[in-house]
Amino acid sequence: MLSHLRSIGLALAHTFAKRETIQYPDQKVDLAARYRGRIVLTRDPDGMERCVGCYLCAAACPVDCISLEAGNDEETGRRYPVTFRINFSRCIFCGYCEEACPTYAIQLTPDYEICEYDRKNLVYEKKDLLIAGQGKQHGYNFYRVAGMAIAGKDKGEGQNELPPVDVKGLMP
Amino acid sequence: MAKIKINGKELEVDPKKNLLEASISAGFDVPYFCWHPKLGSIGSCRQCAVVKYRDENDKVGRVVMSCMEPASEGSIISTDAPQAVEFRSNVIEALMTNHPHDCPVCDEGGECHLQDMTVMSGHTTRRYEFEKRTHKNQYLGPFINHEMNRCIQCYRCVRYYRDYAGGDDLNVFSSRNRVYFGRANDGVLESEFSGNLVEVCPTGVFTDKTLKKHHTRKWDLTTAPSICVHCSVGCNTIAGERYGTVRRIYSRYNEQVNGYFLCDRGRFGYEFVNSDQRIKKYFIPGATEGVNKTAAFDFIAKALKGKKIVGIGSPRASLETNFTLKQLVGSENFSTGLSNFDYQLAKLAVDTLRNGCVKSPSLKEVELSESVFVLGEDVTQTAPMLALAIRQGIKNLVKPKADKAGIPQWNDAPVREIIQSAHGPLHIAAPVATRLDDVATTTYYNAPENIARLGYAVAHYINSKLVLPSGLTEDVKTLAGKIAADLLASDKPLVVSGVHCKNEDIIKAASDVATALKEAGKSVSLSLTFEESNSFGVVMLNGKPLEVLFDAAKTGKVEVLIVVENDLYRRLSQERVDAYLSQFEQVIVLDHNCTSTTKKASVILPVGTFTEADGTFVNQEGRAQRFYQVFVPESDTAESWRRIAELAAAIEKPFEASSFFDFTSAVANAMPQFKGIDGIAPPPDYKIEGQKVPRESHRYSGRTAMKANISVHELKPAEDLDSPMSFTMEGFQGEAPSALTTSYWSPGWNSVQSINKYQIEVGGALHGGNPGLRLVEPAAKGTYYQSIPDAFKVSSKGLVAVPVYKIFGSEELSAKAPAVKERSGEAFVALSTADAKKLALNEGDTVEISMGNQVTSMNVIIMKELTEGLAGISVGYCGVNPELSEVSFKK
Repeated sequence: MLSHLRSIGLALAHTFAKRETIQYPDQKVDLAARYRGRIVLTRDPDGMERCVGCYLCAAACPVDCISLEAGNDEETGRRYPVTFRINFSRCIFCGYCEEACPTYAIQLTPDYEICEYDRKNLVYEKKDLLIAGQGKQHGYNFYRVAGMAIAGKDKGEGQNELPPVDVKGLMP
Repeated sequence: MAKIKINGKELEVDPKKNLLEASISAGFDVPYFCWHPKLGSIGSCRQCAVVKYRDENDKVGRVVMSCMEPASEGSIISTDAPQAVEFRSNVIEALMTNHPHDCPVCDEGGECHLQDMTVMSGHTTRRYEFEKRTHKNQYLGPFINHEMNRCIQCYRCVRYYRDYAGGDDLNVFSSRNRVYFGRANDGVLESEFSGNLVEVCPTGVFTDKTLKKHHTRKWDLTTAPSICVHCSVGCNTIAGERYGTVRRIYSRYNEQVNGYFLCDRGRFGYEFVNSDQRIKKYFIPGATEGVNKTAAFDFIAKALKGKKIVGIGSPRASLETNFTLKQLVGSENFSTGLSNFDYQLAKLAVDTLRNGCVKSPSLKEVELSESVFVLGEDVTQTAPMLALAIRQGIKNLVKPKADKAGIPQWNDAPVREIIQSAHGPLHIAAPVATRLDDVATTTYYNAPENIARLGYAVAHYINSKLVLPSGLTEDVKTLAGKIAADLLASDKPLVVSGVHCKNEDIIKAASDVATALKEAGKSVSLSLTFEESNSFGVVMLNGKPLEVLFDAAKTGKVEVLIVVENDLYRRLSQERVDAYLSQFEQVIVLDHNCTSTTKKASVILPVGTFTEADGTFVNQEGRAQRFYQVFVPESDTAESWRRIAELAAAIEKPFEASSFFDFTSAVANAMPQFKGIDGIAPPPDYKIEGQKVPRESHRYSGRTAMKANISVHELKPAEDLDSPMSFTMEGFQGEAPSALTTSYWSPGWNSVQSINKYQIEVGGALHGGNPGLRLVEPAAKGTYYQSIPDAFKVSSKGLVAVPVYKIFGSEELSAKAPAVKERSGEAFVALSTADAKKLALNEGDTVEISMGNQVTSMNVIIMKELTEGLAGISVGYCGVNPELSEVSFKK
């Protein structure tokens, strides 16, 4: 008897508690920045594509839903993805691609509103993925710390680098 | 055998090996950089440290470099003793201090020996916080990309390039931590074997530039065992595909053939597969655009009904393809696709090996030979890997010097110090300077006739019963005497010749020299080179030469000609081929790339290249080797033999055979000379633990996204009924039989160094034996040819053409690859200094030359060693008349 009364009491108490249910879609959920939703490709602080087409995201993907093809920009010496495709109808939003990415290019965002009536619309190409900003990771530029020479950063001009060795130098 | 103990495990090993080789052969993972099975040890990287104990009671031991310690009787070592582990981890940490942070953009990443060894040595966190040394890169040509920052100074590249491959233009510069591996100045790497730097370099300093253009990680490639199609040596390769294009070729280890290496033509010539000249549709008369398969075969069924057909095979098509065509048209109506001249020449060479008493050596046996006599070949240009093997062979006679000094052969630096530049005898007789001349004992540059005469003179000095050619000068006699004496002084002489001088007497002379040596009790071998990947096989298959077939077809009023994977304009002069082709109502051509012949065809059927077909080639040794389809192309291409079978079905003469294995068995059963070729690889129903062998790695990526833009519903993957391999990643993930090795991988060993795990012992045979089957064995007794030609006389009609082959440019398929094209240059005519003066021509001039009725524009090259009266013609180049004759100049 006592337990019945206690249960009714609890139910009544909840009537006055703060609502968990929200009026979606009029009202949006407040999600943390680290929420694993729609995947984007970001740019570095100079506005260039961060992705260097290393294929690590594709290799890390447990459902193999990422495919890309790397190409070289002959003028700048930068490597970039010529195509980048994510099949979101397969994606499980595990975030392994983001963890694998050595350049902070691929990032998961708190956007979860990617429902479609037609499954084929869930196949995102590079133009759908690439955003204008740096995403969650600010300030990182892979080519500044990598040893490769690119347009605007010759050998020895990266962070923590000595000027190129003078091979013909005779100093001991 | 010596008894040693590694990690408490008792082993019996060869005392001539070192402890690193013994440990790796026994399956222990010991990291290393500077050691390579083909290059020996120099102990420079300090990475293979192990602890060696004095005896059973010694519990402390001392750290030694396992690559520098002989596997002597009673050695006790530990590869995982704490001191050794700590030592190795400290060394790798020091090696990594300057290594750039660029694995994501490095083509070596994922198959990098440095990555593997860093992980294996336990160096996971970087503690060095100071600035990194950097280097400028060099332009090294269209094959090799240079990124010097990544270097860890193991010296493997220069040791391979200079000491092993005989190159001269790659070296090490500067001192201390600034050492630089490159050329004195930017420029193309001159060695024909520079591509091996990609595999020899343990990190990404030297990478494949053709791969860079369409970079793909090792784990993403669909790979299958293949055979190189660019010369008659038949090197074993692994071809890798991604997104419908072939991305790269790398070496597939076969102890008897190419070992660890490939030549640059074989490695970088593959891009003809991705060419925009590929034929991907069916073409029939009346339709300007390509049509579909049904329309094409409907047309063929109508057009061929009741018509007489003749067929032309090809020395660059597989045995199965040639055989199927022969079955379709009948033996009487089948041609090998060689001109009469080339056919007789190739047949002579094949018969010499099949009926003679001298063994045709494998490349491994060439490497073991002691003295070499080359007749009429620039082997580096015509059978490149044979030249690399000869380079190793001539070191054998001087190697015992090191034994006498008590230095084991694996101890590379002191062995070289003792040997210096000494080498065994290598005598070369050729019309022009060859790329082996730098190690030649003597060179003799003369006209093909005179080379043959020199050969006969050598045979005479070996066996005095043989005739000495008359009218030889004293110099030639002395030279012949010296060559004969050198060959007789070694136990394993090797005679090398081939078809590339387009002279029968040279082959006959080479055979006579070899036979004489055999009778003198030497274990001699005779290596003959051929022009194309399956020249040996197609000649063994028997068939008419082109001219004979065409003439017979004319009298027999044959209406239809089928040409398979053959460009007839590379066999006979334009004029003659035009005339021959015009006698047919229908010319049906099956090929994969546009050629001059496809332009003349009425019907074109698309077929697959070596990466889209299964087949068997017979190499210049007489070894039948299997290559497998790598991927299923999106375009409607199929193997030529399958196309011919479809064609047969369309004209209501269907074959019983349907799968690849049926066709291979048919060849083996129908012709006794091919007995056993169906057994050189497992049959298609072969399974390991109930599974097929996968062509894709277990970490193949993008499976559900690659084709999602076409259809989001994943299609059923293609099935392979022709081989025991699957086109997917599903299948047995362990080690497959050696003939089915799709890729090299072992836990912890992602780089090509994992080959160690596939060998019985390091540098030895593969588990289960080396793939391939020798179809020729020497007879007990041989005969002499003794057909001595007259000495060369300067012709009054004009200069006499001698063929000059170039590794890049002379071969049909690789010449279509952009990287090779960049190296090949234009067609040229080589003149002697005297003739150039007479004709008032200078190096670099462009002249119109005519051979027969064909006029070609060529660049003039002056070759001072060329005999007066000869003109070296760059055969195989675009527009060059394949029928060499007198050369006259039009100004």
